[in-house]
Amino acid sequence: MIETFDTEYLLVLGFLLLCVVMAMIRVIKGPTAPDRIVGLDTINTIVIASMVIFGVASGSIIYIDVAIVYALLSFVTTLFIAKYLEGGEF
Amino acid sequence: MLSEVFEFIIYLFLGVGVFFNLLAGAGLLRFPDVYTRLHAGTKCTTFGSIFICGSVILLGLKQWIYNGDTNSSVLVIHTVIALIAILLTNPTGAHAIARAAHRSGVKPVGAVVDELEGSPIKKATKKGEGEE
Repeated sequence: MIETFDTEYLLVLGFLLLCVVMAMIRVIKGPTAPDRIVGLDTINTIVIASMVIFGVASGSIIYIDVAIVYALLSFVTTLFIAKYLEGGEF
Repeated sequence: MLSEVFEFIIYLFLGVGVFFNLLAGAGLLRFPDVYTRLHAGTKCTTFGSIFICGSVILLGLKQWIYNGDTNSSVLVIHTVIALIAILLTNPTGAHAIARAAHRSGVKPVGAVVDELEGSPIKKATKKGEGEE
């Protein structure tokens, strides 16, 4: 099996956490509502990538399945929030 | 020898992916309006996630080929599916956000004229498919 907790993958996870923090600053202080949604969408993608990395680092493949489901569900969430901002009918 | 080349490419891909994700964060903080932030935050994370998933795929292939580890084949296939999900959903979501931002009245910084002002898209979508 894969060696558990390689240090280089944990380093990559740390950098991805830094990206999440930077996007979270934009979510908190964004002037308009679409700014916050851009930040949330970026956080979603980074979380998917870091779940794949964490699945390798901890040696359990189940995290990658979680990443697939998270990708599809966050896509649906983004579409619904965009539709809501537009003021359209569902 | 070939195994070392594999490892070098894996670490190269990891470095490129992390670099582009950091660029996405910096662009989100520094750019002036919604559309440029969307440009940074979506394209850079898509490109970086392609390289991160590619490095994981190469790691699984290396362990599958050189160690005969069948668990790693599951790793490869599932990461390919996750990569396809990212590639399909991320640009579509970005397009939806940009359209919603334009229709909710956010203007780009320094915009003088809006070419889409009063376009008949909104009325056309009411009857079904519009001419978008």
